[in-house]
Amino acid sequence: MANPLYRKHIISIPDFTREELELVVETAGRLKAAPRHDLLAGKVVASCFFEPSTRTRLSFETSIQRLGGTVIGFADGANTSAKKGETLADTIRIISSYTDAVVMRHPQEGAARLASEFSAVPVINGGDGANQHPSQTLLDLFTIKESQGRLENLALAFVGDLKYGRTVHSLTQALSLFNCHFYFVAPEVLAMPDYICEELDERGISYTLASSLEEVIPQVDILYMTRIQRERFDEAEFKQIQGQYILKAEMLNHARPNMKVMHPLPRVDEIEVAVDDTPHAYYFEQARNGVFARQALLALVLNETV
Amino acid sequence: MQYTRNVEALKEGTVIDHIPAGQGLKILRLFQLVETGERVTVGLNLQSRHMGSKDVVKVENIALTEEQANELALFAPKATVNVISNFEVVKKHKLELPEEIEGVFACPNSNCISHKEPVMSFFYVRTVKNDTKMKCKYCEKVFSKDIVAEVR
Repeated sequence: MANPLYRKHIISIPDFTREELELVVETAGRLKAAPRHDLLAGKVVASCFFEPSTRTRLSFETSIQRLGGTVIGFADGANTSAKKGETLADTIRIISSYTDAVVMRHPQEGAARLASEFSAVPVINGGDGANQHPSQTLLDLFTIKESQGRLENLALAFVGDLKYGRTVHSLTQALSLFNCHFYFVAPEVLAMPDYICEELDERGISYTLASSLEEVIPQVDILYMTRIQRERFDEAEFKQIQGQYILKAEMLNHARPNMKVMHPLPRVDEIEVAVDDTPHAYYFEQARNGVFARQALLALVLNETV
Repeated sequence: MQYTRNVEALKEGTVIDHIPAGQGLKILRLFQLVETGERVTVGLNLQSRHMGSKDVVKVENIALTEEQANELALFAPKATVNVISNFEVVKKHKLELPEEIEGVFACPNSNCISHKEPVMSFFYVRTVKNDTKMKCKYCEKVFSKDIVAEVR
């Protein structure tokens, strides 16, 4: 029987069942332990980045090539027919007629869902505006499983910009299927949106709103840091807010031994460089895991069995 | 006591009555009733025993569908929709919130892809604790129904 993600579009985390999330995580683990070079042999995958991206594009393209597939595409929408006024619907209809799958990033929300309605082949969302970025969530889940040995019953703290960070929204939605406890550590102006908290309430998932990073650290298995964007505040306000959400190495003295620090990167100064040398730092491994999680996704979508 | 009709009786068509005062013109716009070319009679701020004041819309020769009537439920849940044939009421629509709504409201998110592409807007409708929310199929943003119904 074909795996449940075979020939499916990968658009949004709420579309996934718990079993499907576990399948991607488990497949990523297998591909990390024993690399495969044949799973995309003979396949051509389009990498359509209508908006620039470094990590997402390069890790998708690395994944495709390491699995034996070929990449066509573009890294910037400025040189495409979209610039001439073509609709995304038409662009995708054409590109999907050339290829076996389409990986895409687009600056507008809903672009990937729309593309999936016009594509003859599976569409994989590499980020649609401020909405979803499912492959990031999958690599985060894989990293949590790898570092903790499980996804169930963990305590996680999300720190920093929880209002605009699509990464933390999707990861919270995904982990709410695994009965985890959440700590949301953010200034009031960057608090977790109501709709996410309401979803948690509906599912009976417990969460704590906290203001002190230091008090939360000893209570969690995962400390998920995010960047507070300077441009959202005036300079004085930014300094005052940001100062409360900087992780310093000495703050980790009372952390649980298994506790890992994650960050979707790029970091600016919310994690001091000294943290990199502690056994808790896991964000570089997390970034590297992007390749394995994306390999798992591509392999599952393009092969009946992996 | 002298009885006067607020609006002339209709031979064929649809009467939408008990619309909250102020919403009548919006309903004309949303269902593009003027564009049908049929005769449309609108009563605004009419006296109502139950509502204080209300709006009424009558359209000749057009029978509102069940689906359209349900879309009406979003912002005029107490409205009554009567389809008339030969001066008789032949159908009374009972308004029920639809689970999905396609092509009526534009997405309030200006960065939503649905605006410039060859697709109709599409919302999933959900009511939690008397609060009706609409989630755009494309951008996945969730809006209160009042925000969505204001757009256009």
